Amino acid sequence: MENIEQSRIRNFCIVAHIDHGKSTLADRIIEKTGLLTSREMQAQVLDNMELERERGITIKAQTVRTVYKAKDGEEYVLNLIDTPGHVDFNYEVSRSLAACDGAILVVDAAQGIEAQTLANVYLALDHDLEVFPVINKIDLPSAEPERVKNEIEDVIGIEAQDAPLISAKNGIGIDEVLEAVIQRIPAPGGSPDNPLQALIFDSLYDSYKGVIVFCRLMEGKVSKGTNIRMMATGATAEVVEVGYFGAGQFIPCSELSAGMVGYITASIKNVKDTAVGDTITDVDNPCKEPLPGYKKVNSMVYCGVYPADGAKYPDLRDALEKLQLNDASLRYEPETSIALGFGFRCGFLGLLHLEIIQERLEREYNLDLVTTAPGVIYKVHRMGGEVIELTNPSNLPDPSEIEFMEEPVVSAEIMVTTEFIGSIMELCQERRGKYLGMEYMEETRALLKYELPLNEIIYDFFDALKSRSRGYASFDYELKGYEQSELVKLDILVNKEEVDALSFIVHRDSAYERGRKMCEKLKEEIPRHLFEIPIQAAVGGKIIARETVKAMRKDVLAKCYGGDITRKKKLLEKQKEGKKRMRQIGNVEIPQKAFMSVLKLDDK
Amino acid sequence: MKEKEPSGELGIYLHIPFCVRKCLYCDFLSAPGSLQEMEHYVEALTREILEESVSYKSYTVKSVFLGGGTPSLLSGESVKRILQTVYDHYRMGADCEISMEVNPGTASPEKLDCWRKAGVNRLSIGLQSVWDEELKALGRIHTGEDFFRTYRHAIKSGFNNINIDLMFGIPGQTKESYAGTLKKVVSLEPPPTHISAYSLILEEGTPFYENRPILPDEETEREMNKITSEILSDQGYRQYEISNYARPGYACVHNQIYWTRGNYAGFGIGAASMVENVRFQNTSSLEAYLARYLKGEREKRVKGEGQILSRKEQMEEFMFLGLRMTKGVSTKEFQRLFDVSIEQMYPGVVEDFVRKGLLVRGTDPDTGEERIRLTAFGMDVSNMVMSEFIFL
Repeated sequence: MENIEQSRIRNFCIVAHIDHGKSTLADRIIEKTGLLTSREMQAQVLDNMELERERGITIKAQTVRTVYKAKDGEEYVLNLIDTPGHVDFNYEVSRSLAACDGAILVVDAAQGIEAQTLANVYLALDHDLEVFPVINKIDLPSAEPERVKNEIEDVIGIEAQDAPLISAKNGIGIDEVLEAVIQRIPAPGGSPDNPLQALIFDSLYDSYKGVIVFCRLMEGKVSKGTNIRMMATGATAEVVEVGYFGAGQFIPCSELSAGMVGYITASIKNVKDTAVGDTITDVDNPCKEPLPGYKKVNSMVYCGVYPADGAKYPDLRDALEKLQLNDASLRYEPETSIALGFGFRCGFLGLLHLEIIQERLEREYNLDLVTTAPGVIYKVHRMGGEVIELTNPSNLPDPSEIEFMEEPVVSAEIMVTTEFIGSIMELCQERRGKYLGMEYMEETRALLKYELPLNEIIYDFFDALKSRSRGYASFDYELKGYEQSELVKLDILVNKEEVDALSFIVHRDSAYERGRKMCEKLKEEIPRHLFEIPIQAAVGGKIIARETVKAMRKDVLAKCYGGDITRKKKLLEKQKEGKKRMRQIGNVEIPQKAFMSVLKLDDK
Repeated sequence: MKEKEPSGELGIYLHIPFCVRKCLYCDFLSAPGSLQEMEHYVEALTREILEESVSYKSYTVKSVFLGGGTPSLLSGESVKRILQTVYDHYRMGADCEISMEVNPGTASPEKLDCWRKAGVNRLSIGLQSVWDEELKALGRIHTGEDFFRTYRHAIKSGFNNINIDLMFGIPGQTKESYAGTLKKVVSLEPPPTHISAYSLILEEGTPFYENRPILPDEETEREMNKITSEILSDQGYRQYEISNYARPGYACVHNQIYWTRGNYAGFGIGAASMVENVRFQNTSSLEAYLARYLKGEREKRVKGEGQILSRKEQMEEFMFLGLRMTKGVSTKEFQRLFDVSIEQMYPGVVEDFVRKGLLVRGTDPDTGEERIRLTAFGMDVSNMVMSEFIFL
């Protein structure tokens, strides 16, 4: 199988809105192509991280090579490159797309096109991919395949009348999809005789093999012993092994050549040497130019991550280092907080990314974490022209030294049924959104376009959107740029002491409201002490809101009856347990979850 | 084989799980029962007492406590039978305290006479409040007048050691009404020897917990606690435990066994025992209990698995139970028992609470040994202090 003709290779991916059935279709394709028997199939082969399976989403791009015997009697190699579905991971989508020649667009037969469908299709078209649609979930009672076909043609402008009607869940129409892949997606171009030119679209660290580079060969060939050079980083190495992707395993082969998707291991120690988007070439026979690569990813959301137990700081550092090997989009640097001690300021692609990293740290590395409120990167223009990129609110210079500040703004597209337009517009208004326009997709659905400050959408915008549209609205955004804004730092004082880890940057107009809510929330979270504790919110030293945690007057056990000591002891144990999850700030003990409470200010 | 010499003292707790009706705040193991059920239960209980006696041959009983539920629902004859079983099969100490809980309105003069003759020498009457509206709010089955009548009859039957259970923080209660209850109780003739004053706590699984009543605010509740000690110490009572007050010489022997971690055996359903640092509890299933002792189904498990207290668990208990008593704990005794000091096991903890005014170090006037005890404020927030002596 190794010397397959280039004309019988298909490199493709599946793009879809979340929940439209992308991973299920991928599973069926793998099943159908005979790489695995049905019995060997674990549900959703491609989502192989435990966390991914639990959340039912794809985080890391996964790749699998299968063999398909088509109706024309020929065997084809299909390289299916799975892409993440969530807006946070657009960057990963983008790099996966660059390795493909075509894409299957999966659209739910009942729900039709959603905001992410559009975003992903546009991304695919940007990469010059051949895109063809399939209509999934046709066996649902609410399926309206004809309507959805028309919608695809009207909205996206790609031909959809021949789109396979399938049910990935029940295995209906999978053959049709595979035939369409063979017929509609072009075979890869390039020539094995040209100098090596391969695009790195992912990499991961394996404790046995070292860094494993995932690449798509555009030109040339590579095999064991080839001396390769990463054109951007300049790193060189000798290839130890090349191969392709089985389901969840690496299968070595003798050579990778133009058009193929596979992996390379070499004597590469550091994942940083193999930047995603970089071009690999042959040291002895280099190509003239690197591939265009793609936009470098930027962290959008930052927060402080601290070990609950200060002694675990080195463990946290090791864990972050290891995670970064597999997730180049994770940023971190050490920082110190008066309240929380030693920790890291970490950068994420979005809030979901943040949550996933946090969960992985806690689960896979068994760490107990305290995270501070997430924020974005602000640009602070100091008097005299210097510009600081501010990721930690505590580092904000004195207001007298600031000429002005800028905050990141995104262009957002929200797709919503017409009955909820009013409430969604209201929500965007509350979040300082700038209305850009509205397009009707069909009579009952519209696409709202807004410009929104990123810091207004990173916490709970998505939840608010869902709850105000009874789950029907979908949402996608991309960073637009920076805009000048009236921003202030809101400080929280607990028992008259400023708690740096609770400070955050907020628009001047929302400062009072947020401060008040924050104080209320903290009042609920902070247990009563032997003394009264004032909780205050302040802007520039001026108190704008205050709550008080009353002093504890009574904390006694009920009648201890008939010598049943065990039950009483359990109560005391519980009390002590609760205390362990506290942070001492001055003489006040603050529960760890209070530091995240700013996230949930809008909980009703 | 030579019989083992008496090796120690023992308290016996006998649980009577029947009541007329559950009070709204009650989370103890009790429920209304028919006369026949009660008879069966008494029979089973006497068999358990008898069967278990072999385990306690070497102990001297210094207290017997009939608790519930409402033990005073039992007939005079039943109580007599139960106690007689104890006398016949256990070594009774000379001044053995034999207490029984009594609910006003369930004890006739005849019953009281009979109990007294059966050897009961201490009554604990659950009054809670003298005011009928407050009693009603708690779901009690009796009135204030019922209590006064029961008390008179008890005195007439020859009881001279009587505890009155009171409660503060009752829905609708005021400082004035509570002070009224206290004053009426201490001016009884002759006055009770012992008073327990408990703070009402809403416990999970009770109607009050599900359906929270409006309670006096915390500030008021704590003042009620304060006037308890003020009024009672004025009348010659001494507080010896967080909720217990006694005239000199009348502190409850049975209660103190719990706080000082003495040995005690519990009989009847749900009853807890601690013997030589092993804690265990009987089944709370009446059905299983009756099957075992009445029908002799020996495969039915009644005695729960014993928990052997580790050294650390013993330390925890020593601290949190000992601190319930106003005399507190002896640092030397801790050292003697565990061969390590409190300071070594709990570095800085005592000092920190002393600084916060919750604990105080003092000298035992009799032995000259150092003792650590809760301050008045410390008692108000005792959980906070005690939980720090738990190891996690």
